[in-house]
Order: sequence, then structure tokens, then C-alpha cells
Amino acid sequence: MPGKLKAKIVAGRHLPVMDRASDLTDAFVEVKFGNTTFKTDVFPKSLNPQWNSEWFKFEVDDEDLQDEPLQITVLDHDTYSANDAIGKVYIDIDPLLSSEAATVISGWFPIYDTIHGIRGEINVLVKVDLFNDLNRFRQSSCGVRFFCTTSIPLCYRAVVVHGFVEELVVNEDPEYQWIDRIRTPRASNEARQRLISLMSGELQRKIGLKVLEMGGNAVVGYLQCFDLEGESGLVVRAIGTACTLEKLSGGGATNNAQHTANSSPSKDMKEPVFGDECPSNPLSSGPSTPLRAPPFTSFSPSKSYSRQSSSSDTDISLTPKTGMGSGGSAGKEAGPLKILLRQQTQTALEQREFPFFTLTSFPQGFLLHVAGVVSARSVKLLDRIHNPALGSTRSYKLLDWSSCSADEPETRDAWWEELRQEIKSHARALGCHAVVGYSESTSICEEVCILSASGTAAVLNCRFLQDGCLDVLSEHRCDDSAPPGCGFCHVPYDELNMPFPAQLSPCCCCHRTKVPDVLFTTIDLPTDAQVTGKGCLIQARLCRLKKKSQGEGNATCISNLLPFLEYELHTQLLNKLKLCGMNALFGLCIQISVGENMLVGLASATGVYLSALPSPGGIQIAGKTPNDLTYDQHVSSIQRKINDTIVKNRELYEIHITEVAEDVIGSPIPEPRQRSRLFRSHSESSDELSELDLSHGKKDAFVLEIDDTDAVEDLHSLLTDAPTPPGFYSCNTEIMPGIYNWTSAIQMFTSVRVFRLNNANLTNLGLNKIFNELCENLLKSLYFKLRSMVPCCLCRLNFTVAVPEDELIQVAVTAVAMSFHKDQTQEANKAAQAHSQMKAIAETEEQLQFPLELNAESASPLSPKGSGPQDGSNSHGRAPSVDYSSFADRCSSWIEQLRLRAHTIRRGSIKTSSSPLPEGRSRSLRSTRSFPGSSVSVVKMTPLSFIPGAKIVKYLGIINMFFIRETTSLREEGGVSGFLHAFIAEVFAMVRAHVAALGGNAVVSYSMKECVFMENPNKNQAQCLINVSGDAVIFTRESDQEGHLPQTSHPQPTEDTPP
Amino acid sequence: MSVELDVFVGNTTIMDEEVYQLWLDGYTVDDAVAVRMEGGALQVFEASMEVLHSDTMDQFRTFQMCERLLYYPSKLTNQLLFQIPPQKQAMLIERYYEFDSTFAREVLGKKLSKGTKKDLDDISTKTGITLKSCRRQFDNFKRVFKVVEELKGPLVENVQHHFLLSDALARDYAAIVFFANSRFETGKRKLQYLSFQDFAFCAGQLISNWTVGAVDNMMEDMDVDLEKDFLHNLKELKILINDKDMLDQHRNLVCAQLRGKITVFGEMEANFKNLSRALVNIAAKLTHTKDVRDLFIDLVEKFVEPCRSDRWAIGDVRLFLTHYTSTAHSLDSFRYQQIWERYMGVIKSCILKMYHD
Repeated sequence: MPGKLKAKIVAGRHLPVMDRASDLTDAFVEVKFGNTTFKTDVFPKSLNPQWNSEWFKFEVDDEDLQDEPLQITVLDHDTYSANDAIGKVYIDIDPLLSSEAATVISGWFPIYDTIHGIRGEINVLVKVDLFNDLNRFRQSSCGVRFFCTTSIPLCYRAVVVHGFVEELVVNEDPEYQWIDRIRTPRASNEARQRLISLMSGELQRKIGLKVLEMGGNAVVGYLQCFDLEGESGLVVRAIGTACTLEKLSGGGATNNAQHTANSSPSKDMKEPVFGDECPSNPLSSGPSTPLRAPPFTSFSPSKSYSRQSSSSDTDISLTPKTGMGSGGSAGKEAGPLKILLRQQTQTALEQREFPFFTLTSFPQGFLLHVAGVVSARSVKLLDRIHNPALGSTRSYKLLDWSSCSADEPETRDAWWEELRQEIKSHARALGCHAVVGYSESTSICEEVCILSASGTAAVLNCRFLQDGCLDVLSEHRCDDSAPPGCGFCHVPYDELNMPFPAQLSPCCCCHRTKVPDVLFTTIDLPTDAQVTGKGCLIQARLCRLKKKSQGEGNATCISNLLPFLEYELHTQLLNKLKLCGMNALFGLCIQISVGENMLVGLASATGVYLSALPSPGGIQIAGKTPNDLTYDQHVSSIQRKINDTIVKNRELYEIHITEVAEDVIGSPIPEPRQRSRLFRSHSESSDELSELDLSHGKKDAFVLEIDDTDAVEDLHSLLTDAPTPPGFYSCNTEIMPGIYNWTSAIQMFTSVRVFRLNNANLTNLGLNKIFNELCENLLKSLYFKLRSMVPCCLCRLNFTVAVPEDELIQVAVTAVAMSFHKDQTQEANKAAQAHSQMKAIAETEEQLQFPLELNAESASPLSPKGSGPQDGSNSHGRAPSVDYSSFADRCSSWIEQLRLRAHTIRRGSIKTSSSPLPEGRSRSLRSTRSFPGSSVSVVKMTPLSFIPGAKIVKYLGIINMFFIRETTSLREEGGVSGFLHAFIAEVFAMVRAHVAALGGNAVVSYSMKECVFMENPNKNQAQCLINVSGDAVIFTRESDQEGHLPQTSHPQPTEDTPP
Repeated sequence: MSVELDVFVGNTTIMDEEVYQLWLDGYTVDDAVAVRMEGGALQVFEASMEVLHSDTMDQFRTFQMCERLLYYPSKLTNQLLFQIPPQKQAMLIERYYEFDSTFAREVLGKKLSKGTKKDLDDISTKTGITLKSCRRQFDNFKRVFKVVEELKGPLVENVQHHFLLSDALARDYAAIVFFANSRFETGKRKLQYLSFQDFAFCAGQLISNWTVGAVDNMMEDMDVDLEKDFLHNLKELKILINDKDMLDQHRNLVCAQLRGKITVFGEMEANFKNLSRALVNIAAKLTHTKDVRDLFIDLVEKFVEPCRSDRWAIGDVRLFLTHYTSTAHSLDSFRYQQIWERYMGVIKSCILKMYHD
């Protein structure tokens, strides 16, 4: 019985008028937890009642504390008839269960009714007294912290990153129960809200148990999703990364500021230095013990925590399964040490069933190499066989686990299991032992469900997976195998034994190792990556018509379409990337939504120019009937347009590649085909990328044949994308490369559009055009709306598409607009940074422990191939009248020259950053300061993990809220737009109120995971479900300018942790 | 193909002042889009008409949702639904309560009731202000009136406190409430030349000098009504015109002061008795509520018009009134100095304000 929950109802305000006669309300409150209910007195005839109740005390199991929300119902007392409910407040008390999070919940909560929306506010005080429970067999996991943030939270340090945790729970959906036919919509909605709240609580508790078992104390990158499977049930599932976190004391907060905009400048400056000095044999710098004797009890990750044992791991038995706890014994001699460590890395990861990480950005040195995106999809039929309770006369009982979850979760588990195995094998094929930036999603239409999983195959530094290592390394650069700025780009797989045809070239930064020509990833841009210029949002959009069908046939039809859809999305991405003059994608997120008669695919990513990767080639247009003169002209005009666009984009994104760089890029390997980095489960070999080759930027080009209708489509989408207006940048990652001096002005927003296709007989082409325009117009509207924030960048642009009905396409966007200072005063910082880098290098060398085999490879000089006619071929390539199929041209363009490495070592075209001007800063501070008159505290919301110009001093707990809103008077509420507008505003208000009540002033890593909108205009009805999540935090403004230079000062966070 | 639903919600509510004004002015979305296009909004980022339309729709919707909060502005400051920076809140409130003085002039002194609300159509056609905007302004008047009508304490402060308005706007509202409460006649044709600001000034004078609160700063002050005792005492001033000696003496004193100082001396001398009778009669009549209502029409008919027909310059009027007031103190048997001061102070400033074309 280890918990006492106490709640006090203080007052209400702005209550609705419930008694028409008196224009007043006789309100009282019911406080319910579990099965216990307390009531306040009736406060008669007031819209602003002052109950000032006693403390209501609930003595409960901590298991219940985790599962159940505190339920507060405000009612209007009625002497003669039944009391009318005004509305409810659900308070998740999980944040109070951890000693490090919030200690009290106190504040004004909006009173919410699923039919009327917010109806007044109520002031509540909640506290929890927890008694320590040391029972080994406990079912609760109080104290395990949850973070939505997909990086190590800013005021913490990762002691150990344990790995993947997942869980799912299933229940019937109250909306589809027989009882729903006789109860009111309100009762049905409330049952659903409460059920989901309970299920999320249970899910979190179960995941917490797994984390405790692994020896961790937190889940980072916690991603919880709902699958509304209709009649077959409701699935709540979550994945996350178990970690052992340690709170940083004020002084140690150095590296964890990696995300705050101001610290990122340091990274780019490192390049020139490292290009030169990266030691090929770092061990010479002195013997060091890589693994300190762990100060904590070491946890051995050799155990699998998933439901199913690691029986499938036999294929990796080539690596000896050494235990991990033995770190301290790793010898002191260089040779064996190297091998041993390598082995340990592998075993550490491969002994886990799923070496997956939901993180998208990592402590420095964690990520060694990135190979590319791995994804898997499967189409499943949701059957009703496993639904025991449907239609039965059994009395309805929430969470009757024993009866309805007997075999259901197993099915869902098995489905995901299958996908994860597939992902794992893809990763292994790419020579990687881990998957980072991992996420899972579903799209459901009737009884068909598409399950998707994707991530980025990567090689990790094993030391982070065990104890203690970060002590030494966290403050320094600790990437031991490669220079930090480009190391992660180096291919982890063997060049001779490539999993797929790929074109590798030497790294443009260090010239030691091979890099691919394009890199697609699902993670954030590593903070130490060397980037030329700025990035931009790149989207591929695609609609495909599908025949309406049922059941199995439908599923087959969808799974047949999927690979083509994915392939085309991928081609589009690649084209657009090239059009932007960039060579890498970060934060790639491919969504495929299924509707009754169409599939919609939307791929979003942030394109950047990675300095390490070769310069991207141009796009070549080819005609299949080259004899036709007018046709040729058409082709050449398009070609000119494309070339112009590339030049313009390079200008726009400040991608200035110096001549030196251009000369080195070529690949000596005659491997003309651009292949996909996207390693698909449904791989297919349609090859419309002809092997023609012409040069745009002295390079092998990407060829589009416009005879092909698909290519026309591609072309269309390429050229219709409007450029962002001046002063705007956009990305879907956490940070925008090239912009560092953010002001404190941020504006988070959600925008939703639903588009009706009235035209019954649309072609794929027409449909695509409409979808494309829909997205483009949405973006244009956003730019216009946010014009007052210019110069600004839309960060974490998160698009979600859905096909809610036959002819409807819904697009929802959540993002944050952040302004920045125009003048980048970089020069001032340069000296200081260079200095600090030198220091870092010195330290790094001491830290370097073993080179990975790629490094050794790179030590052998690359043989420069032919150095001749490349310039000539280039001029040929640009001539519009060239015969594209000419073999000679093709050949010559392959022959590219590799200049001496020395030429590229000093390329200093990189922007750095810096602190904003003092006056600008004070201006922005002033603008956010709240006036004394306002009684409502300002709560910032952002989908990012940081707040520019501010320091997060405390994480108060996870916010995970689910709301349903329904109306039967749609027209009166301003139609669908009015209804949804009000609802989204209400959701924001409720999130802010909960954060404020926890004592916080911001939500970071905010996301709207679900926005299901259904309407029936004929019946004047609509319903919407929204699920949002984020981390409640307290931040403080960095008051002095010094705070902006992490190298020079580490402002002490104002600690307010309870003693 | 059509956009069925289109919403944008910011954590900080985005509100464009220009669009807000269009909304307040009662424009429809389409009209507002047209106005914005003329205003050059399209040039910003080459925004298309659709973008502009979507933005306008969105903001109009936001304003509509805010409107019920604006009815009682203190609600806006502690509501949770919209996160609006305090400066923006102040702007929203101030603009919402701002009104067209041409509209206010029409409604001034009328009973703020349903009947008047029906006349809004006519007012709308007459003033060219959209009906929607007229309704808003009228409802604002009514709401403010209802709230402060029964409140104690200084009127202006009450308005300011409950509606969080700026000082100037609160004063205007005080005038409107005061006029509506006393139902002063302002609609006669002869009064048409007077602007809202003229009346607002007069109202301010009346509030600060003739109400209970003017002399007595106690808690239970009522600022809305004129002080009964004072009005009653005004009857005593009749002695100034009923006592023939006193009237002559008064005229002589005034003439002595003004000789050579005003251009219309002859007319003044000839008219003195009429003017003095007019002013004192107005004072004496104020005990009756109906005559209080006619205060302004009386002032115009009995004083302003005669002077104007004799072509008095405003300086002449000022000098006359100054000395007319002050010389009364020299009258031996005149004992109502205080009441006289209090009465004439207001009358003088009102007449001076009203004395124009």
C-alpha cells in the first residue's frame, strides 16, 4: 500500500450558466481515483465558486497510481432532476511519482466536456506521499522517468544507454461496444478517454518495469501511439530507449547543451583542423584504458527483454558472446584491445534482440558510422477472431485484461516482431549492428492495416552502452575512429562486399575512407557534422489510386502497390535533393496512408550538403525520340530550367562549393547507377533511371526520360515546388544547419487542412497534382502567417497525411517558427572557437583508443584514376543539343579526376555561428516578458528539445493527453473549421494548464501524434480525436551574453530540485 | 475539388491588427480580402488570393472566438484558451471598445434598449458604418452601461476598472453612460451641428461638477446622477432675474467690465437681460427631469443662437461669461455664491465648447 494521494479542490471560475432562471450555477465537485469518490459541498448560485475543500485522501497501490488518472468532475446540483455534468479534468499524477520531477500539482485546469469543450476552470491541488517499496516482485515502476525528447535530456548525462524497450496493450474500443448504442455520445467519449488514459498508464508502467529490469532509470525517446482498429479493438503501443541518466550538477552541463543553438557553432570550425590531423593510428598517442572500472554496478545487456527470446540470433554467432561487464579487464595492449573492443561492441548490441534506439541525436562520439535508412512495411488484415467480448452480454468493465487480451496482444506483438526482425536483418546487410532514429507507425483503413517501421542503420560506439565511460568522454570529442565532422558518413560496409551496387568515393574531408554519394537518414543532423550552407525541407508527395475492394483482395492490392509507391517517393526525394544541390537527407520520415480508393505517400526530410560527401550531380533530361526537332527544344528548355533552378538553389542555400572541392569529387569507380540508399523490404528493380550519364557539375548526372509518364510527373513535381519566400527557411529536423543565432521568439503552431476531391474520375497524375498543390499551398499559407517573424526558420515541420474518407485528404502540420538574427557575427567567435578546438583535439588524442577497421582501410592511398578529358566532357554535357544516348559522352563524364588530397584539406567555406547582437537580444527579451497585469503564466510549446536562448533546468514529467471532442451542432459552431479550430485551441490550453500546474513554463518535444477527424455534415455532426505528448520543463533565460558561448562559460542552472 | 477544412492555431495566438480592424468594421471575409489585396498584402511573399483568404478566414474565426471574452475584458486576461501577450490583449480590448464618434453621436442620450437597437439599420445607412459594426458598438455601450450603472465610485474609474480601457476611452464611455442615464436630448435638428466630442466634453464637466461624487468623495458616491440637492438649490438663483434692482446692478457691473473689451458691446448691453434670464431660467428649471434632458437644447436656443445671430465672437462670449459670473459676487444681496459658481462654471465651459458652427 505504498502511496497516499491527496487532492484539494480550491475554487472555480468562469463556470457556464447551468440554471437559465437565475443565470447562475450551483456547482459541486466529485473527485475520483480508482473506485473511491469524494464530493465537495455544493457552492450555491455562483459562477465563481470557492469550495476550499478539505484534503481528500486516497490510499492506493503505486501500481494504481501509475495506471489511473485522478478524475475531477464538476457538476451542477439540481434538486429535482439528475445533476448535470459541467465537465471533467483528468490529471495524470505520474509526474509526482518521481522524486526528481514535480512535487505538487497546483493550478487552474480548464474544465473539459467532450460535447461543449472548455467550460470554465477549476483550481486544484494534488500531492502524493510515496512510501518506499523494496519488493522485488512489485508490479509498479514508480520513479522511472519518461521523456519524449529523442536525445539525452539537456540537464542529464547518460551513464548507460541500455537499449530498446517496447510494449503494447490491447482493449476493446468502447465506441464499438454494444452498450454504445444506448448511451449518450458524452458517456461514450468519456469512457474512451478514460480507457485510453488507463491504458497509457499501464503501458508506461509496464515499460518502466522493463527498464528497471535492465537496470535503467529512464526512457528517452518515448513514443506512444494509438491504433484505432475499429471493431477489432484499440491498441496502445509504445517504444523507447532505456537509459540510466544522471542529473548534471550545474558545472557539468557543458556538452549537454549540444542542442542549444548557441553551442552548435563550435562544430563547423573543426573541420579544417581535423582534416589534417586526424591520427591514423590514434593509439600512438598513449596507452589509455578505454573502459574504466565501472563505478556503478554494471548491467550486462546480454539478456533479452522482449517477449520472445533471442532464438533468432543464431546467425550472428560468429561473434563470441563475451559478457559485457568485464570492461575493466580489457587489456592494455593495443592490438588485442582493438579486437576485443570491436567484439564487445558487436556482442553488446547483437545479443540484444533488437539493437534499436529511438534517439535521433546522440552524445558526441556515440555514433560512429551511418549507413542509410532501413525500413520495412507489412500489410495486415485486422480480423475479428480475437475479439471475444464483442456483442456478448457480459457487463462492461474497463480493462478486463484477463478476458480480452489473452491472445490479441500476441498477434500484434508478432506483427511488430516480424517487422523488427526485418529491420534488423537489413541493418546487418549494411554492415551495421544497430538501428538509430527508429520509429514505428500504422495506417488503418477499415480492416486493412499497414505497419511501418524505419530507422537508420548505424555503427555505434560500444562504450556508451555500458557503465561509466561517459565520465571521461562526455566533455571531449571521443570519436576515435574518424574525424568528427565526417566520420559518421564513412560507409560501415566493405567496399568489395557491398550489399547493393553503390558508388563510393573518398571522403571529401579526410580522404581516408569511402563515403557514399548520397546519404539518407532518419536521425537529426549530428551536431559535429560539417555542412556547407543551409538546409531545406524536401518533400516527396505521391497519390496512387487503388481499386476499392474488401478483405484479402484489398490487402494484396495494397501490398502490390506499396513497393512502387515507395520507389517513386524515393526517386522524387532524390530528384529534389539534387535540384537543391544537396547530397544528404536527415530526419527522413515516409508516411504511407491508406484510404478506400487511394494510397497517399508523403516523405519529408531535411536536405543538407554534407561537406564530406561528393557534390551532387545535376539532373539530366533525356528524350526517347531525339530526332524530333521541336521535341528537342522542349527537352532543352526543361533542361535549362532545371539547371537554372539548381544554380538558384545553391545560391539560396548558400552552398558555395569552392573549385578545389569540385575538382576532387569525382569517383574513380565506374559505377554510374545512382542507387537507392533506402533499403526496402519490397525491393524491386524497375529501372527508369537510365544509365545515361551526362554532367551537370562535372559529374555523373541523374537522368530523367520525359517520354516516361512517370518522369513527366516527377518533373512536374520538381518544378512546381515554389521556393521558400525570402527570409524563410524550413526543415523537419531539430536544428537548421547554418543558422545559430536564434532569438527567443518562437511560435509553435498546428495547421490542419482537409481537401475534398469532387472529381470522381481522377487519374493518378491529376491526383498527384492536387495533393502536391495542397501541400504547397499549406506551406505558402504558413509562410504568410508567420511573415512577421522573418527572418525565421520553420523547424521540425511535421506533416501527417490521412485519408479519412473516400474523397478526403487530410494534412496536418505541427512545427515551430523561430526567428533568428540576420547578421551572423561569426568573426568575433572564430578565434575563441579555434582555440577551444585545438584544446579539444589535444584532449581527443589522449582519448583515442582504437581505430576501427575502416580507418585502417583509409590509410591506404586512393589511386587517382585518369586525369584528363573531364573538363571537355563537361562542356559537352551542358550543350542542350547533345545526343543524350551518346556513348562517348557517357564515358567521358565518368572519367573524373582526383586531385591531390592536399588541395582539399584547407577548404574553409564554412559558416559558423554566433551569438546574437546584444541589442537584438534585449529586444527579444523585452518582447517576451510578461506584463504584471496578466494572471495567466505564459507556457511556451515547441516540438524541439530545446528553447533558444534558454536553459532547461528541470524536467517535470511527460505530458501525454488524449481528447475527444464531438458536436451535434456543427453549423452553429462555425462549421468544420470552426469546430476543429476551437478544439485545437482547447487542446493547447489544456496542455499549457497542466504544465503550469506542474510548475513548468514550457513543453519541449511536443507533438500531435493523432488527429482523427470525422464529420457528417448532413447530420450536423463531427467528431475529432487528438493525442498530444511532450515533456514539461522549467527553463530559465540566459540573462547574460556569456551564456551564449558555451566554450567560455557554463552558466549555473538555477537548481530547484527538492533536496 | 475544394478545401473543406482549413485551420491554423498558434500556441501564441496570431492576430493581425489590420485584419482585426477589418473585422471590427464589420467586413465580410470576402470584402476584407478585397481590402487587403488593395492594401498590397499580395506583394508580401507573392501571396496568392487563396492564401489571403485562408489567413483572413482564420483570423476572423479567432476574433469570433475571442469576442465572448471581450464582453468582459477581465475574462480575457485570465482565460486559458488563447495565449495572447498582454500588449496584444490591451490592443484587442481597446480596439474592440473603440467606436465611431458619428455613431456615438447618433445614439447619444437615447435609451440603450431593444427599441433603439432596431433603429441601428437607419443609423447604419445614415453613417455608412456597417450594421455589424453598429451592433457591436451599441452592444458595447449597453454592456458598459449595465455594468457601471449601479456601481458606486467615480464613473470613469469604474469603466476603466471593469473594462480595462485607456483613460481617454474610459472618459468617452463615461460620457455615453451619463448621457444614456440622464437621457439628454441631443437629436434635435438644432443640435445637429454638435459633435460627439462636444457632448463628451460637456458630460465630463457635468460629471465632475454637478454629481454627488463631485463634492463628496465618500465611498457611496454615485457618479451617474446629478446631485438632487444642488439642482433644487438652483431655484434660488431666480433672484438674479426676479429682483429688478439686482438685474440692473448686475448688468451695470458687467458692462463696466466689458466696455471697450468686446466688439459686440452694444448688442450685449441691449440683450443682457434676455441672456441673463435665459441662463437663470435654465438653472431654475433643472429640478424637473424633463428639463434636465433639455439642457443642451435650451442652451443652444436661449443663449448660443441669440449670440450667434448678433455675431458674437467666441472671445466675446468668453469675456461675457467670465464677467457675468464673477460680477455676481459683487451683488450685495446675492447669497448663493457657491451654487452660482458651481452652476456657471459648467455652463460657461459647455457654452464655450458648443459655441461654433
